[in-house]
Amino acid sequence: MKFFEEKVFRVLMVLAMCLVVGLVVSIVYTIFARGWAAMSWDMITKLPGGGFYIGKEGGFLNAIVGSLMIVGASTVLGLAISIPVVFYLNIYLKKRSKIAYIARLAYDVLFGIPSIVYGAFGFTIMVYLGIKTSLLGGIIVITLLIIPIFIRSMDEVARDFPRDILDATYSLGATRVETIRVVIRQIAPGIATATLLSIGRAIGDAASVMFTAGYTDSIPTSLSQPAATLPLAVFFQLSSPIAEVQDRAYAAALVLTIIILILSILGRYFTNKFSKHKLK
Amino acid sequence: MKEYVERLLTHYKIWRDGSAVRRQSRMFKPDHKFIRDNVSELIAENLNVYIRDNHILKNVNIKVPDKKITCIIGPSGCGKSTLLKTCNRLIDTFDNAKITGKVLINGKDILHSNADITELRRKIGLVSQKPCLLPMSVFDNIAYGCRIHGIRMPRKLNMVVEHYLRAAGLWDEVKDRLRTPASRLSIGQQQRLCLARSLAVEPQFILADEATSALDPISSKIIEELFVDLKANYTIIMVTHTLRQALRIADHVIFMYLGEIIEEGDAKTVFNNPQQELTKKYLSGAFS
Repeated sequence: MKFFEEKVFRVLMVLAMCLVVGLVVSIVYTIFARGWAAMSWDMITKLPGGGFYIGKEGGFLNAIVGSLMIVGASTVLGLAISIPVVFYLNIYLKKRSKIAYIARLAYDVLFGIPSIVYGAFGFTIMVYLGIKTSLLGGIIVITLLIIPIFIRSMDEVARDFPRDILDATYSLGATRVETIRVVIRQIAPGIATATLLSIGRAIGDAASVMFTAGYTDSIPTSLSQPAATLPLAVFFQLSSPIAEVQDRAYAAALVLTIIILILSILGRYFTNKFSKHKLK
Repeated sequence: MKEYVERLLTHYKIWRDGSAVRRQSRMFKPDHKFIRDNVSELIAENLNVYIRDNHILKNVNIKVPDKKITCIIGPSGCGKSTLLKTCNRLIDTFDNAKITGKVLINGKDILHSNADITELRRKIGLVSQKPCLLPMSVFDNIAYGCRIHGIRMPRKLNMVVEHYLRAAGLWDEVKDRLRTPASRLSIGQQQRLCLARSLAVEPQFILADEATSALDPISSKIIEELFVDLKANYTIIMVTHTLRQALRIADHVIFMYLGEIIEEGDAKTVFNNPQQELTKKYLSGAFS
Protein backbone atom coordinates (compact mmCIF):
# COMPACT_ATOMS: atom_id res chain seq x y z
CA MET A 1 0.00 0.00 0.00
CA LYS A 2 2.78 2.36 0.93
CA PHE A 3 4.53 1.55 -2.27
CA PHE A 4 1.36 2.35 -4.21
CA GLU A 5 1.03 5.71 -2.45
CA GLU A 6 4.58 6.53 -3.34
CA LYS A 7 3.92 5.74 -6.97
CA VAL A 8 0.73 7.79 -7.19
CA PHE A 9 2.33 10.87 -5.74
CA ARG A 10 5.33 10.46 -7.90
CA VAL A 11 3.16 10.32 -11.01
CA LEU A 12 1.23 13.39 -9.84
CA MET A 13 4.43 15.33 -9.31
CA VAL A 14 5.80 14.38 -12.68
CA LEU A 15 2.51 15.37 -14.31
CA ALA A 16 2.51 18.76 -12.60
CA MET A 17 6.06 19.37 -13.68
CA CYS A 18 5.28 18.35 -17.26
CA LEU A 19 2.36 20.77 -17.24
CA VAL A 20 4.61 23.68 -16.31
CA VAL A 21 7.39 22.78 -18.70
CA GLY A 22 4.87 22.09 -21.45
CA LEU A 23 3.30 25.47 -20.93
CA VAL A 24 6.63 27.23 -21.32
CA VAL A 25 7.51 25.18 -24.38
CA SER A 26 4.15 25.83 -26.05
CA ILE A 27 4.35 29.58 -25.38
CA VAL A 28 7.85 29.75 -26.80
CA TYR A 29 6.78 27.59 -29.74
CA THR A 30 3.82 29.83 -30.58
CA ILE A 31 5.92 32.95 -30.40
CA PHE A 32 8.64 31.39 -32.51
CA ALA A 33 6.27 29.91 -35.08
CA ARG A 34 4.54 33.19 -35.81
CA GLY A 35 7.28 35.63 -34.91
CA TRP A 36 10.24 34.04 -36.66
CA ALA A 37 8.74 34.67 -40.11
CA ALA A 38 8.44 38.39 -39.41
CA MET A 39 11.82 38.53 -37.71
CA SER A 40 14.67 40.20 -39.53
CA TRP A 41 17.61 42.46 -38.80
CA ASP A 42 15.51 45.38 -39.89
CA MET A 43 13.05 44.64 -37.12
CA ILE A 44 15.54 45.06 -34.34
CA THR A 45 17.83 47.66 -35.88
CA LYS A 46 15.42 50.12 -37.49
CA LEU A 47 12.87 52.60 -36.31
CA PRO A 48 9.32 52.26 -37.66
CA GLY A 49 8.98 53.78 -41.14
CA GLY A 50 5.98 55.66 -42.47
CA GLY A 51 3.94 52.59 -43.32
CA PHE A 52 5.17 50.32 -40.55
CA TYR A 53 1.76 49.80 -39.05
CA ILE A 54 0.23 48.66 -42.31
CA GLY A 55 2.96 46.13 -42.95
CA LYS A 56 5.61 48.20 -44.70
CA GLU A 57 9.26 49.01 -43.96
CA GLY A 58 10.88 49.60 -40.57
CA GLY A 59 11.35 47.86 -37.23
CA PHE A 60 10.67 48.32 -33.54
CA LEU A 61 14.05 49.45 -32.28
CA ASN A 62 12.25 52.32 -30.55
CA ALA A 63 10.36 49.85 -28.34
CA ILE A 64 13.47 47.80 -27.50
CA VAL A 65 15.49 50.85 -26.54
CA GLY A 66 12.57 52.43 -24.68
CA SER A 67 11.96 49.27 -22.66
CA LEU A 68 15.62 48.91 -21.76
CA MET A 69 15.85 52.58 -20.76
CA ILE A 70 12.82 52.42 -18.50
CA VAL A 71 13.75 49.10 -16.95
CA GLY A 72 17.41 50.02 -16.44
CA ALA A 73 16.67 53.34 -14.80
CA SER A 74 13.88 52.04 -12.61
CA THR A 75 15.91 49.02 -11.47
CA VAL A 76 18.70 51.32 -10.30
CA LEU A 77 16.20 53.66 -8.61
CA GLY A 78 14.32 50.75 -7.08
CA LEU A 79 17.50 49.24 -5.64
CA ALA A 80 18.57 52.59 -4.25
CA ILE A 81 15.24 52.96 -2.47
CA SER A 82 14.62 49.42 -1.32
CA ILE A 83 18.03 48.43 0.08
CA PRO A 84 17.84 51.11 2.80
CA VAL A 85 14.27 50.03 3.57
CA VAL A 86 15.26 46.38 3.98
CA PHE A 87 18.27 47.40 6.04
CA TYR A 88 16.13 49.52 8.33
CA LEU A 89 13.44 46.85 8.71
CA ASN A 90 15.92 44.16 9.65
CA ILE A 91 18.79 45.85 11.43
CA TYR A 92 17.35 48.93 13.08
CA LEU A 93 13.91 47.73 14.10
CA LYS A 94 13.38 45.10 16.74
CA LYS A 95 12.21 41.63 15.80
CA ARG A 96 8.65 42.17 16.97
CA SER A 97 8.38 45.81 16.03
CA LYS A 98 4.89 47.07 15.14
CA ILE A 99 6.25 49.44 12.53
CA ALA A 100 7.98 46.59 10.75
CA TYR A 101 4.77 44.57 10.85
CA ILE A 102 2.75 47.40 9.35
CA ALA A 103 5.42 48.13 6.75
CA ARG A 104 5.56 44.49 5.69
CA LEU A 105 1.79 44.36 5.44
CA ALA A 106 1.84 47.50 3.32
CA TYR A 107 4.42 46.01 0.97
CA ASP A 108 2.37 42.83 0.69
CA VAL A 109 -0.64 44.89 -0.34
CA LEU A 110 1.41 46.92 -2.79
CA PHE A 111 2.78 43.66 -4.20
CA GLY A 112 -0.73 42.53 -5.05
CA ILE A 113 -2.04 45.74 -6.58
CA PRO A 114 -2.57 45.29 -10.34
CA SER A 115 -0.27 47.25 -12.57
CA ILE A 116 -3.11 49.14 -14.27
CA VAL A 117 -3.83 50.73 -10.89
CA TYR A 118 -0.22 51.83 -10.69
CA GLY A 119 -0.64 53.25 -14.18
CA ALA A 120 -3.75 55.18 -13.17
CA PHE A 121 -2.12 56.37 -9.96
CA GLY A 122 1.01 57.44 -11.82
CA PHE A 123 -1.17 59.25 -14.32
CA THR A 124 -2.90 61.32 -11.61
CA ILE A 125 0.47 62.19 -10.09
CA MET A 126 1.75 63.25 -13.48
CA VAL A 127 -1.32 65.40 -14.06
CA TYR A 128 -0.82 66.94 -10.64
CA LEU A 129 2.84 67.65 -11.29
CA GLY A 130 2.18 68.75 -14.85
CA ILE A 131 4.32 66.09 -16.53
CA LYS A 132 3.18 64.83 -19.91
CA THR A 133 3.46 61.21 -20.95
CA SER A 134 7.19 60.76 -20.95
CA LEU A 135 10.15 58.55 -20.23
CA LEU A 136 10.29 60.10 -16.76
CA GLY A 137 6.68 59.19 -16.05
CA GLY A 138 7.31 55.62 -17.17
CA ILE A 139 10.40 55.34 -15.00
CA ILE A 140 8.57 56.67 -11.94
CA VAL A 141 5.64 54.31 -12.31
CA ILE A 142 7.77 51.25 -13.04
CA THR A 143 9.93 52.10 -10.03
CA LEU A 144 6.80 52.25 -7.85
CA LEU A 145 5.70 48.96 -9.35
CA ILE A 146 8.90 47.07 -8.60
CA ILE A 147 9.79 48.50 -5.20
CA PRO A 148 7.44 46.11 -3.35
CA ILE A 149 8.89 43.17 -5.28
CA PHE A 150 12.40 44.25 -4.40
CA ILE A 151 11.58 44.78 -0.75
CA ARG A 152 9.57 41.62 -0.20
CA SER A 153 12.04 39.30 -1.85
CA MET A 154 15.09 40.88 -0.22
CA ASP A 155 13.34 40.98 3.12
CA GLU A 156 12.76 37.23 3.05
CA VAL A 157 16.50 36.71 2.75
CA ALA A 158 17.47 39.45 5.18
CA ARG A 159 15.19 38.07 7.89
CA ASP A 160 17.39 35.01 8.14
CA PHE A 161 20.45 37.20 8.62
CA PRO A 162 22.41 35.57 11.46
CA ARG A 163 22.54 37.74 14.58
CA ASP A 164 26.00 36.35 15.39
CA ILE A 165 27.46 38.14 12.41
CA LEU A 166 25.95 41.39 13.62
CA ASP A 167 27.37 40.83 17.10
CA ALA A 168 30.77 40.12 15.59
CA THR A 169 30.65 43.36 13.61
CA TYR A 170 29.49 45.37 16.58
CA SER A 171 32.26 43.95 18.73
CA LEU A 172 34.81 45.31 16.26
CA GLY A 173 33.44 48.75 16.99
CA ALA A 174 31.15 49.14 14.00
CA THR A 175 28.15 51.41 14.17
CA ARG A 176 24.85 50.15 12.85
CA VAL A 177 25.33 52.00 9.56
CA GLU A 178 28.74 50.42 9.07
CA THR A 179 27.28 46.94 9.27
CA ILE A 180 25.56 47.52 5.92
CA ARG A 181 28.65 46.31 4.08
CA VAL A 182 28.49 43.02 5.89
CA VAL A 183 24.72 42.73 5.51
CA ILE A 184 24.89 43.37 1.78
CA ARG A 185 27.59 40.76 1.30
CA GLN A 186 25.49 38.20 3.11
CA ILE A 187 22.20 38.95 1.31
CA ALA A 188 23.82 39.54 -2.09
CA PRO A 189 22.28 36.41 -3.65
CA GLY A 190 18.89 37.64 -2.43
CA ILE A 191 19.49 41.00 -4.02
CA ALA A 192 20.39 39.32 -7.31
CA THR A 193 17.22 37.22 -7.26
CA ALA A 194 15.10 40.22 -6.33
CA THR A 195 16.59 42.23 -9.18
CA LEU A 196 15.86 39.43 -11.60
CA LEU A 197 12.24 39.15 -10.49
CA SER A 198 11.75 42.89 -10.64
CA ILE A 199 13.26 43.23 -14.09
CA GLY A 200 11.07 40.42 -15.34
CA ARG A 201 7.98 42.14 -14.02
CA ALA A 202 9.05 45.60 -15.14
CA ILE A 203 9.99 44.74 -18.70
CA GLY A 204 6.81 42.81 -19.38
CA ASP A 205 4.33 45.25 -17.96
CA ALA A 206 2.09 46.97 -20.50
CA ALA A 207 -0.71 48.39 -18.40
CA SER A 208 1.29 50.74 -16.23
CA VAL A 209 3.32 52.32 -19.00
CA MET A 210 0.37 52.85 -21.31
CA PHE A 211 -0.71 56.14 -19.77
CA THR A 212 2.62 57.18 -18.37
CA ALA A 213 5.35 56.49 -20.89
CA GLY A 214 3.06 56.65 -23.90
CA TYR A 215 4.14 55.40 -27.29
CA THR A 216 6.25 56.94 -29.98
CA ASP A 217 8.01 56.01 -33.18
CA SER A 218 11.30 57.59 -32.20
CA ILE A 219 13.90 56.95 -29.53
CA PRO A 220 13.53 59.45 -26.68
CA THR A 221 16.45 61.84 -26.34
CA SER A 222 15.38 63.42 -23.07
CA LEU A 223 13.40 62.45 -20.00
CA SER A 224 10.45 64.58 -21.03
CA GLN A 225 9.84 62.76 -24.30
CA PRO A 226 7.49 59.80 -24.54
CA ALA A 227 9.03 56.37 -24.91
CA ALA A 228 7.83 53.22 -26.61
CA THR A 229 7.94 49.87 -24.84
CA LEU A 230 7.96 46.29 -26.08
CA PRO A 231 4.74 45.13 -24.38
CA LEU A 232 2.88 48.04 -25.89
CA ALA A 233 4.45 47.29 -29.28
CA VAL A 234 3.01 43.78 -28.96
CA PHE A 235 -0.35 45.11 -27.83
CA PHE A 236 -0.80 47.71 -30.57
CA GLN A 237 0.35 45.49 -33.40
CA LEU A 238 -1.68 42.54 -32.26
CA SER A 239 -4.84 44.64 -32.41
CA SER A 240 -4.20 45.38 -36.07
CA PRO A 241 -6.39 43.57 -38.64
CA ILE A 242 -3.44 43.01 -40.99
CA ALA A 243 -1.86 39.56 -40.62
CA GLU A 244 1.68 40.79 -41.34
CA VAL A 245 1.48 43.34 -38.57
CA GLN A 246 0.15 40.70 -36.21
CA ASP A 247 3.20 38.57 -36.99
CA ARG A 248 5.36 41.52 -36.07
CA ALA A 249 3.69 41.53 -32.68
CA TYR A 250 4.93 37.98 -32.24
CA ALA A 251 8.39 39.07 -33.34
CA ALA A 252 8.32 41.76 -30.66
CA ALA A 253 7.20 39.15 -28.13
CA LEU A 254 10.09 36.96 -29.27
CA VAL A 255 12.57 39.78 -28.64
CA LEU A 256 11.01 40.36 -25.21
CA THR A 257 11.33 36.66 -24.35
CA ILE A 258 14.93 36.55 -25.50
CA ILE A 259 15.80 39.61 -23.42
CA ILE A 260 14.24 37.97 -20.37
CA LEU A 261 16.11 34.73 -21.11
CA ILE A 262 19.42 36.57 -21.31
CA LEU A 263 18.69 38.44 -18.09
CA SER A 264 17.78 35.20 -16.32
CA ILE A 265 21.01 33.54 -17.35
CA LEU A 266 22.97 36.60 -16.26
CA GLY A 267 21.03 36.62 -13.00
CA ARG A 268 21.89 32.98 -12.32
CA TYR A 269 25.52 33.68 -13.06
CA PHE A 270 25.67 36.65 -10.72
CA THR A 271 23.75 34.86 -7.98
CA ASN A 272 26.36 32.12 -8.00
CA LYS A 273 29.13 34.65 -8.07
CA PHE A 274 27.75 36.68 -5.18
CA SER A 275 26.94 33.72 -2.98
CA LYS A 276 30.63 32.82 -2.85
CA HIS A 277 31.17 34.63 0.43
CA LYS A 278 27.81 33.84 1.95
CA LEU A 279 27.92 32.03 5.25
CA LYS A 280 25.64 29.09 5.71
CA MET B 1 78.22 55.13 -22.54
CA LYS B 2 80.27 53.05 -20.10
CA GLU B 3 80.36 55.87 -17.58
CA TYR B 4 76.67 56.28 -17.89
CA VAL B 5 76.07 52.59 -17.16
CA GLU B 6 78.44 52.69 -14.22
CA ARG B 7 76.67 55.69 -12.80
CA LEU B 8 73.37 53.93 -13.18
CA LEU B 9 74.81 50.88 -11.44
CA THR B 10 76.02 52.90 -8.47
CA HIS B 11 72.66 54.56 -8.20
CA TYR B 12 71.03 51.17 -8.25
CA LYS B 13 73.36 49.86 -5.53
CA ILE B 14 72.65 52.81 -3.28
CA TRP B 15 68.93 52.33 -3.81
CA ARG B 16 69.19 48.59 -3.19
CA ASP B 17 71.13 48.94 0.06
CA GLY B 18 68.86 51.70 1.16
CA SER B 19 65.77 49.64 0.49
CA ALA B 20 67.17 46.79 2.58
CA VAL B 21 67.66 49.22 5.43
CA ARG B 22 64.20 50.62 4.87
CA ARG B 23 62.71 47.15 4.90
CA GLN B 24 64.36 46.37 8.20
CA SER B 25 63.17 49.56 9.76
CA ARG B 26 59.65 49.02 8.50
CA MET B 27 58.63 47.22 11.66
CA PHE B 28 54.95 46.96 12.26
CA LYS B 29 53.45 49.75 14.29
CA PRO B 30 49.77 50.05 15.10
CA ASP B 31 48.06 53.02 13.55
CA HIS B 32 48.02 56.20 15.60
CA LYS B 33 44.22 56.09 15.51
CA PHE B 34 44.29 53.09 17.80
CA ILE B 35 45.11 54.50 21.18
CA ARG B 36 46.03 51.94 23.82
CA ASP B 37 46.27 52.67 27.49
CA ASN B 38 49.19 51.12 29.30
CA VAL B 39 47.04 49.64 32.00
CA SER B 40 43.80 47.84 31.36
CA GLU B 41 41.79 47.02 34.41
CA LEU B 42 38.18 46.09 34.53
CA ILE B 43 36.14 46.50 37.67
CA ALA B 44 32.44 45.74 38.10
CA GLU B 45 30.67 47.30 41.05
CA ASN B 46 27.23 46.21 42.22
CA LEU B 47 26.33 45.12 38.73
CA ASN B 48 22.78 43.86 38.28
CA VAL B 49 21.36 42.77 34.96
CA TYR B 50 17.74 41.92 34.32
CA ILE B 51 16.44 40.48 31.07
CA ARG B 52 12.65 40.32 30.83
CA ASP B 53 12.22 40.34 34.64
CA ASN B 54 14.80 37.59 35.02
CA HIS B 55 17.49 38.65 37.42
CA ILE B 56 20.51 37.34 35.52
CA LEU B 57 23.44 38.96 37.31
CA LYS B 58 23.01 39.56 41.02
CA ASN B 59 25.14 42.21 42.61
CA VAL B 60 28.33 41.30 40.82
CA ASN B 61 31.59 42.73 42.11
CA ILE B 62 34.70 41.67 40.29
CA LYS B 63 38.15 43.01 39.64
CA VAL B 64 39.98 41.79 36.57
CA PRO B 65 43.74 42.21 36.88
CA ASP B 66 45.84 43.80 34.18
CA LYS B 67 47.55 41.57 31.56
CA LYS B 68 46.53 38.28 33.07
CA ILE B 69 44.21 35.50 32.01
CA THR B 70 41.05 35.62 34.05
CA CYS B 71 38.87 32.57 33.79
CA ILE B 72 35.20 32.73 34.62
CA ILE B 73 33.99 29.28 35.56
CA GLY B 74 30.63 27.98 36.61
CA PRO B 75 27.77 25.77 35.50
CA SER B 76 25.68 26.53 32.40
CA GLY B 77 23.19 29.35 32.66
CA CYS B 78 24.90 31.09 35.54
CA GLY B 79 25.32 34.36 33.67
CA LYS B 80 28.90 34.09 32.46
CA SER B 81 28.12 35.07 28.90
CA THR B 82 25.84 37.86 30.06
CA LEU B 83 28.66 39.24 32.13
CA LEU B 84 30.93 39.28 29.07
CA LYS B 85 28.23 40.87 26.95
CA THR B 86 27.74 43.56 29.56
CA CYS B 87 31.46 44.31 29.46
CA ASN B 88 31.39 45.25 25.78
CA ARG B 89 27.78 46.44 25.88
CA LEU B 90 26.56 43.96 23.30
CA ILE B 91 23.76 43.62 25.81
CA ASP B 92 22.36 46.82 24.32
CA THR B 93 21.15 44.76 21.38
CA PHE B 94 18.88 42.77 23.69
CA ASP B 95 15.34 44.04 23.74
CA ASN B 96 14.41 44.08 27.39
CA ALA B 97 17.68 44.36 29.23
CA LYS B 98 17.95 46.56 32.30
CA ILE B 99 21.31 47.22 33.92
CA THR B 100 22.17 48.86 37.21
CA GLY B 101 25.57 49.33 38.78
CA LYS B 102 28.91 50.19 37.30
CA VAL B 103 31.52 48.64 35.07
CA LEU B 104 34.73 50.63 35.18
CA ILE B 105 37.48 50.32 32.62
CA ASN B 106 40.50 52.27 33.76
CA GLY B 107 38.20 54.29 35.98
CA LYS B 108 35.65 55.17 33.32
CA ASP B 109 32.10 53.91 33.67
CA ILE B 110 31.25 52.18 30.41
CA LEU B 111 27.58 51.80 31.27
CA HIS B 112 27.15 55.55 31.39
CA SER B 113 24.81 56.74 28.65
CA ASN B 114 27.39 58.98 27.01
CA ALA B 115 30.17 56.43 26.88
CA ASP B 116 31.57 56.01 23.35
CA ILE B 117 30.28 52.55 22.53
CA THR B 118 32.17 52.03 19.29
CA GLU B 119 35.47 53.01 20.90
CA LEU B 120 34.66 50.79 23.86
CA ARG B 121 33.89 47.82 21.65
CA ARG B 122 37.07 48.40 19.72
CA LYS B 123 39.01 48.25 22.96
CA ILE B 124 37.36 44.97 23.87
CA GLY B 125 37.84 42.19 21.36
CA LEU B 126 35.37 39.33 21.39
CA VAL B 127 35.97 35.74 20.37
CA SER B 128 32.72 33.85 20.46
CA GLN B 129 31.98 30.19 20.96
CA LYS B 130 31.31 29.35 17.35
CA PRO B 131 33.77 30.96 14.95
CA CYS B 132 31.70 33.80 13.61
CA LEU B 133 33.12 35.04 10.34
CA LEU B 134 32.07 37.93 8.22
CA PRO B 135 30.79 36.98 4.77
CA MET B 136 33.98 38.12 3.08
CA SER B 137 37.39 36.87 2.03
CA VAL B 138 40.09 36.03 4.55
CA PHE B 139 41.80 39.34 3.84
CA ASP B 140 38.66 41.42 4.15
CA ASN B 141 37.68 39.74 7.39
CA ILE B 142 40.71 41.30 9.03
CA ALA B 143 40.77 44.49 7.01
CA TYR B 144 37.11 45.24 7.77
CA GLY B 145 37.84 46.37 11.32
CA CYS B 146 40.57 48.69 10.13
CA ARG B 147 38.44 50.04 7.33
CA ILE B 148 35.59 51.02 9.62
CA HIS B 149 38.05 52.87 11.80
CA GLY B 150 39.33 54.85 8.86
CA ILE B 151 42.43 52.97 7.71
CA ARG B 152 41.98 52.40 4.00
CA MET B 153 45.44 52.57 2.41
CA PRO B 154 45.99 49.23 0.64
CA ARG B 155 49.66 48.98 1.53
CA LYS B 156 48.96 49.68 5.17
CA LEU B 157 46.13 47.14 5.15
CA ASN B 158 48.40 44.50 3.63
CA MET B 159 50.83 45.04 6.45
CA VAL B 160 48.15 44.92 9.12
CA VAL B 161 46.64 41.73 7.74
CA GLU B 162 49.99 39.99 7.52
CA HIS B 163 51.01 41.05 10.99
CA TYR B 164 47.86 39.85 12.71
CA LEU B 165 47.62 36.65 10.73
CA ARG B 166 51.14 35.94 11.96
CA ALA B 167 50.10 36.88 15.48
CA ALA B 168 47.33 34.30 15.29
CA GLY B 169 49.71 31.75 13.79
CA LEU B 170 47.67 31.57 10.61
CA TRP B 171 49.84 33.35 8.06
CA ASP B 172 51.69 30.33 6.72
CA GLU B 173 48.47 28.42 6.29
CA VAL B 174 46.48 31.06 4.46
CA LYS B 175 49.01 33.33 2.77
CA ASP B 176 48.22 31.84 -0.65
CA ARG B 177 44.48 32.10 -0.28
CA LEU B 178 43.88 35.49 1.20
CA ARG B 179 41.21 36.19 -1.40
CA THR B 180 39.21 33.01 -0.96
CA PRO B 181 36.03 33.09 1.12
CA ALA B 182 36.80 32.78 4.80
CA SER B 183 34.16 30.09 5.19
CA ARG B 184 36.38 27.63 3.31
CA LEU B 185 38.91 27.51 6.13
CA SER B 186 38.76 24.70 8.65
CA ILE B 187 36.94 25.46 11.88
CA GLY B 188 40.09 25.82 13.94
CA GLN B 189 41.54 28.19 11.36
CA GLN B 190 38.26 30.13 11.38
CA GLN B 191 38.49 30.62 15.13
CA ARG B 192 42.07 31.86 14.82
CA LEU B 193 40.93 34.17 12.04
CA CYS B 194 38.29 35.58 14.39
CA LEU B 195 40.98 36.13 16.98
CA ALA B 196 43.20 37.85 14.42
CA ARG B 197 40.27 40.00 13.38
CA SER B 198 39.71 41.13 16.95
CA LEU B 199 43.41 41.84 17.41
CA ALA B 200 43.55 43.93 14.24
CA VAL B 201 41.67 46.81 15.85
CA GLU B 202 44.18 46.93 18.70
CA PRO B 203 42.03 46.01 21.67
CA GLN B 204 43.21 46.04 25.27
CA PHE B 205 40.95 43.26 26.41
CA ILE B 206 40.06 40.00 24.77
CA LEU B 207 36.85 38.39 25.84
CA ALA B 208 36.66 34.74 24.92
CA ASP B 209 33.28 33.14 25.34
CA GLU B 210 34.09 29.41 25.42
CA ALA B 211 36.38 30.05 22.49
CA THR B 212 37.62 26.48 22.33
CA SER B 213 34.50 24.46 23.03
CA ALA B 214 33.51 24.02 19.38
CA LEU B 215 37.00 23.03 18.28
CA ASP B 216 38.90 19.81 18.00
CA PRO B 217 41.58 19.14 20.65
CA ILE B 218 44.50 20.21 18.49
CA SER B 219 42.93 23.48 17.42
CA SER B 220 41.87 24.28 20.94
CA LYS B 221 45.38 23.62 22.15
CA ILE B 222 46.71 26.08 19.56
CA ILE B 223 44.18 28.71 20.68
CA GLU B 224 45.07 28.13 24.32
CA GLU B 225 48.76 28.59 23.60
CA LEU B 226 47.96 31.74 21.69
CA PHE B 227 46.13 33.14 24.68
CA VAL B 228 49.07 32.39 26.91
CA ASP B 229 51.35 34.23 24.48
CA LEU B 230 48.96 37.12 24.15
CA LYS B 231 48.64 37.86 27.82
CA ALA B 232 51.88 39.83 27.64
CA ASN B 233 50.01 42.57 25.84
CA TYR B 234 46.34 41.97 26.49
CA THR B 235 44.07 41.42 29.41
CA ILE B 236 42.20 38.24 28.65
CA ILE B 237 38.89 37.27 30.17
CA MET B 238 37.70 33.84 29.21
CA VAL B 239 34.62 31.90 30.00
CA THR B 240 35.23 28.20 30.06
CA HIS B 241 33.34 25.03 30.77
CA THR B 242 36.34 22.79 30.97
CA LEU B 243 37.88 23.00 34.39
CA ARG B 244 41.10 21.51 33.14
CA GLN B 245 41.57 24.35 30.73
CA ALA B 246 41.09 26.83 33.53
CA LEU B 247 43.61 24.92 35.62
CA ARG B 248 46.13 25.05 32.79
CA ILE B 249 46.05 28.67 31.85
CA ALA B 250 44.21 30.78 34.42
CA ASP B 251 45.99 33.37 36.53
CA HIS B 252 42.87 34.64 38.16
CA VAL B 253 39.62 32.78 38.64
CA ILE B 254 36.05 33.90 39.12
CA PHE B 255 33.52 31.27 40.10
CA MET B 256 29.90 32.10 39.39
CA TYR B 257 26.77 30.30 40.38
CA LEU B 258 23.22 31.36 39.46
CA GLY B 259 24.21 34.91 38.70
CA GLU B 260 26.27 35.47 41.79
CA ILE B 261 30.00 35.61 42.29
CA ILE B 262 30.77 32.86 44.76
CA GLU B 263 34.51 33.12 44.84
CA GLU B 264 37.12 35.23 43.18
CA GLY B 265 40.86 35.23 43.52
CA ASP B 266 44.24 34.07 42.39
CA ALA B 267 44.06 30.82 40.44
CA LYS B 268 46.35 28.84 42.71
CA THR B 269 44.51 29.88 45.84
CA VAL B 270 41.08 29.16 44.42
CA PHE B 271 41.98 25.80 42.96
CA ASN B 272 44.10 24.51 45.80
CA ASN B 273 42.34 26.04 48.71
CA PRO B 274 38.77 27.08 47.92
CA GLN B 275 37.05 28.99 50.69
CA GLN B 276 33.42 28.39 49.80
CA GLU B 277 31.55 25.11 50.06
CA LEU B 278 30.03 25.53 46.56
CA THR B 279 33.42 26.07 44.96
CA LYS B 280 34.75 22.94 46.60
CA LYS B 281 31.81 20.96 45.28
CA TYR B 282 32.16 22.36 41.79
CA LEU B 283 35.88 21.77 41.65
CA SER B 284 35.47 18.23 42.86
CA GLY B 285 32.96 17.64 40.08
CA ALA B 286 29.86 17.23 42.27
CA PHE B 287 27.94 19.30 39.73
CA SER B 288 28.77 21.04 36.50
